[in-house]
Amino acid sequence: MKALASTALPHAPAAATLALPARRRPPRSALLARAGLYLLAVLFALWVLVPIWLIAVAGFSTRADVYDFPKPLLPRSVSTDTMAFFVGSSGVLGALRNSIIVALVTVGLATVIGAPAGYAIARWVFRGREAFRLLVLSTRAFPIVILSIPLAVAFLQLGIYDSIWAVALMHTALALPFAILITASVFVSVPVDLEEAAMTMGCSRLDAFRRVSLPLALPGLAAAAIFTFVLSWNEVFAAVILTLRERTLPALVLTVLNESPLPFRFAGAFFMLAPSFVFIFVIRRYLFGLWGRVLR
Amino acid sequence: MSHQPGTAALTEALAVPRRRTDWTPYVLLLPSLVFLAFFFVVPMVQALGLALQGPDGAYTTAAFERMTGDAQFRTALLVTLLLIVLLLPLQFVLALAMALVVNARLRGSSLWLYIFALPLAISELAAAIIWYGIFTENGYLNTVLVGLGIREHPFIFLDPRQPLWTVVAIVLAELWRATSIMMVILVAGLQSVSRELVEAADVFGAGPWQKLRRVILPLLRPSLQVALILRTILAFQAFAVVIAIAGRGLTVLAAEAYRWYGAYRDPHVAAAYAVLILGLSIASTVAYLRLLPVRQGMYA
Repeated sequence: MKALASTALPHAPAAATLALPARRRPPRSALLARAGLYLLAVLFALWVLVPIWLIAVAGFSTRADVYDFPKPLLPRSVSTDTMAFFVGSSGVLGALRNSIIVALVTVGLATVIGAPAGYAIARWVFRGREAFRLLVLSTRAFPIVILSIPLAVAFLQLGIYDSIWAVALMHTALALPFAILITASVFVSVPVDLEEAAMTMGCSRLDAFRRVSLPLALPGLAAAAIFTFVLSWNEVFAAVILTLRERTLPALVLTVLNESPLPFRFAGAFFMLAPSFVFIFVIRRYLFGLWGRVLR
Repeated sequence: MSHQPGTAALTEALAVPRRRTDWTPYVLLLPSLVFLAFFFVVPMVQALGLALQGPDGAYTTAAFERMTGDAQFRTALLVTLLLIVLLLPLQFVLALAMALVVNARLRGSSLWLYIFALPLAISELAAAIIWYGIFTENGYLNTVLVGLGIREHPFIFLDPRQPLWTVVAIVLAELWRATSIMMVILVAGLQSVSRELVEAADVFGAGPWQKLRRVILPLLRPSLQVALILRTILAFQAFAVVIAIAGRGLTVLAAEAYRWYGAYRDPHVAAAYAVLILGLSIASTVAYLRLLPVRQGMYA
């Protein structure tokens, strides 16, 4: 830990020397610390990337290679055999279709319901605004378990149990706080002056929103949509509680997992994590708005 | 709100006392409020009802008695708590180290952040299967061990009769997947730690370790609090990771809730588990707020 801390914090002296180029060369210890920092960064990157690499190798090899021991750490031959086996397994295509529909419905519902609230938080100062923000922030980490079980009972009585709609409604509830927070941070970054300028030029409030703010906010709203999509795509507890036959992909994989052969497991894992690469890339600007904000 | 448009605050401050309330924001909030009420408040009340009522609707503690009397209950509770106790300190150190590296403005710092944040979007189930692939008998760890000649034959790590390595695999899977969320919170916190203070510590001759202990960590406290609360609440819901790595070898509270609902068709005991998880989440949040108090001024 001591070694780690000494390498982790040299930026201040390094920055000071950079700012004053007239001074003598940075001392050796600062250079060493800098090198140690890069080493640490590479180690952390390997820690994250190596397991992903292994599952990709396993997912894109032949089934014989997946059963093989010792396992190949580099791909022997790239093959879609394992993937094809997974997609061709009973129930997978239907579950894949369900997962996509549930995620899309969730995106639609969360946007339609959450975006107006995000806009309201960004644009107005009103009584109860802070209370509402606090409510939204505290629902971010609400235990899914306590929502799923009573909802399963209620959906059973309402006759929508074991349907993709039940899962989509549940996922919308989980995604709504995030949709509200992202939309709020998106609209805060769209200058209100532009909207006001449009209104002085004779636009109605709605027109000003539709023709000025909305186009500027679209990339941010797309990021919110992708966040919601992945949240729904990944969610398994509610999905497995709320369905019996209409499984989503994670729910199906979970229920058959312990009886499944290795190629099914590996290909399934790769299939489920594939959207996450795109996700982080698109969402990265909003990560801090979502998680960084300390209750305020 | 620093980024709140100044004009809106100004108009509010200068407003004539009996100005008519603008109802627009409330109308915009209404759908969200209704939805949150239906899908958060109502289920929570119903969960309490389910846990405290028998099939006939009469109030009883039978569900809780069945839960605590079940052979798996003690294991589930102990494993859940054990995972949290093992995982959180490791996660905290790793997340802080990653956040400091990101914050050190290395070349390509956005690339490092992108890589470190990748697991944020990976599901518990997918991550668990990856680590199952590493620890299983014909898996990658044994490939390396046998390849290096450390072992002659593959070692059975995920042995249901010897849960030690299964716990290690679960902790590593969760450490791998869920550290990124803590890291993101801490990076955001570090960005608000003023550089002048850190440089002042430099001027006074503080070493890196002292700077971390005396300057950075105290200023990070609000972020630390949020990160720990969030991760603990999420750790109480650990579910797919245990089922995917341990099979039936180990169990946790959420997995028992699923089993009672799915396999034993008893929503009452399942709801009792859910209420227990909620209670533990609330208790841990209160404990963090007490143990890591954040003074008002620290938010600024």
